[in-house]
Amino acid sequence: MNLATINIAAILPTLVLSVVGIVVMVAEPFVGEQKKSNLGWLAFAGTLAAMLSLVPMANNRGQWYSNLWIVDDYDVFLDFIFLLIAAITILTSMDFLRREELNHPEFYSLLLFATAGMLMMAASNELVMVFLGLEILSIATYVMAGFRRADLKSNESALKYFLLGSFSSAFFLYGIALIFGATGSTNLLAIADALRSSKIQISLVSLSAALILIALCFKVAVAPFHVWTPDVYEGAPTPVTGFMSVGPKAAGFAVLFRVFLTAFPSIEDRWGSAIWMVAALTMILGNVIAVVQPNIKRMLAYSSIAHAGYVAVAFAATSDRGVSAALFYLLAYSLMNLGAFAMVTIISRKEDKLVNVTDYAGLGSKRPGLAAVLSLFMLSLAGVPGTAGFAGKFFIFRAALESRLVWLAIIGVVTTVISFYYYLSVIVQMYMREPHDEFSDVRLCGSLKFALVISAAGTLYLGLLPTRVLDWTTTAALR
Amino acid sequence: MLELILFYTFGAIAVISGILVITRHNVVHSAAFLGATLFAVAGIFLTLHAEFVAGVQVIVYVGGILVLFVFVIMLIAVERSVHERQYNKQWTIALITSAILIVEIAYGLYRGRDSLVLPAVVPPAAAAAGGNSEQVGTALYTSYLLPFEIASILLLVAIVGAVVLSKKRTPAEE
Repeated sequence: MNLATINIAAILPTLVLSVVGIVVMVAEPFVGEQKKSNLGWLAFAGTLAAMLSLVPMANNRGQWYSNLWIVDDYDVFLDFIFLLIAAITILTSMDFLRREELNHPEFYSLLLFATAGMLMMAASNELVMVFLGLEILSIATYVMAGFRRADLKSNESALKYFLLGSFSSAFFLYGIALIFGATGSTNLLAIADALRSSKIQISLVSLSAALILIALCFKVAVAPFHVWTPDVYEGAPTPVTGFMSVGPKAAGFAVLFRVFLTAFPSIEDRWGSAIWMVAALTMILGNVIAVVQPNIKRMLAYSSIAHAGYVAVAFAATSDRGVSAALFYLLAYSLMNLGAFAMVTIISRKEDKLVNVTDYAGLGSKRPGLAAVLSLFMLSLAGVPGTAGFAGKFFIFRAALESRLVWLAIIGVVTTVISFYYYLSVIVQMYMREPHDEFSDVRLCGSLKFALVISAAGTLYLGLLPTRVLDWTTTAALR
Repeated sequence: MLELILFYTFGAIAVISGILVITRHNVVHSAAFLGATLFAVAGIFLTLHAEFVAGVQVIVYVGGILVLFVFVIMLIAVERSVHERQYNKQWTIALITSAILIVEIAYGLYRGRDSLVLPAVVPPAAAAAGGNSEQVGTALYTSYLLPFEIASILLLVAIVGAVVLSKKRTPAEE
């Protein structure tokens, strides 16, 4: 008998999120119709409390619960990103749910559970745990995507995501089963040890690595596993789209890095070229198709595919520098993309009206403040110097060059130039086209303002003073 | 020897009733044969000394999923579906493509048989340690305590999700 030692501090943020999620759900029937938004603030407080509890967690580094759960700098940094994503998403959705008359506080519970799932994925040292976290995240996201139950597009979005997501979960499980058959363990460190010995069936291990790679590539939506993304992103409620475009992506990359760089580094010659091709294809497809999208949600969907491609470049570098650049990029991308989706939430009307790029015509003269903030996010997504997007891309391409991935860096730079076209077209619409809408019923309530301030300030901070965060990601990448 | 006979018997039952599941016109018969398949697979697990998996197979698949199927059949019109044409007009093309696929996979397995050797079969040590179910239980409550607890959150999320999607619509949503 070796009973797992219980260490509450090591799982504290996850615990806080789960408990607050349950409290929000249980409190819902006792709260009057008018006060339901207060539960949103409760959920927001929950994410802040979880962020504070990262401190005791960070003081309990090491492996816990029979080596299933690992606490290291990498984990703490990613948890910080996840909690930030959850906090901004809650702020964006409060007003949205009121406007769409969907004020069911279960939304916040699902969001908190999904975030708890992401924290589990980042802290797992064991494939079974990764799978549990992945499923918690996925199931909660399927439901949130279909949250507008009376809307056919939202139903389509949830169903497509659910069916394809189940397939990818099955791939992941097959991968786990095969790796267990080949090495006799599902623990990442034990797998790495087993692979260093020579008696392993290398083809079986490669097959399982391929299956796990496919499943995770689906979750982070990189080409050629990206086909579901535009429809799912378009149909889901806008704040949920924002969440899906950053949360599951960051969590998926967290697992990709952890699994492949901890468990499979000894067979890198077998998966390295696959990552190379995925990265190149994703950057090209995402950026080129985004150019012709009239709907801003679809445009941002393809843009999110393209950004996953840049993170994949950092993955292909398979160096500490690459991991550090990827972590920095995930934080920068989360902030600017959530900001962009918060703006889409503000401009769009009930039931997803006004979500075309041309609907932004004249925003610059009618609402100069909003237009300036949206311009900041678009410039940052495009990667203009002085913004978070530029710093992130710079670190990634530097890591790629250091690992001698010259062609990937070239493809990255060329596709970045292409991306200027569609990001700047939004700015052109806002400042150089005549308004055909007064934007008079655009309401900007406190929570949305708060969300915009956090993401805009973060985008500028990471763009102008990236060194402190970069130092943090550098320590986080060392293992 | 007896084990081998049992294994092939259960295997034959599973395959034959599996074919009958998809060829019967009456869905109730299909459901019954599906039950037979599932029981036969549980039997195969038993011959492989995996009592726990066999038990789970019966409880989850026969007790849960099959009953769900029967409930759905109860809710739809069975009489009409008996007389309806089955959706298998293109069965010749399907047969040819599946045959090609089978040949392809078989050839691949044949060519790669040297590299895909599984580790030698370990004789079941579970019996010595007090049996399969006991071992699973011990593992779940000791070293796998945390995932065991986390699975409860997974179930909770699934329940909340199902309730959110199916509860009565508010007037605003109509």
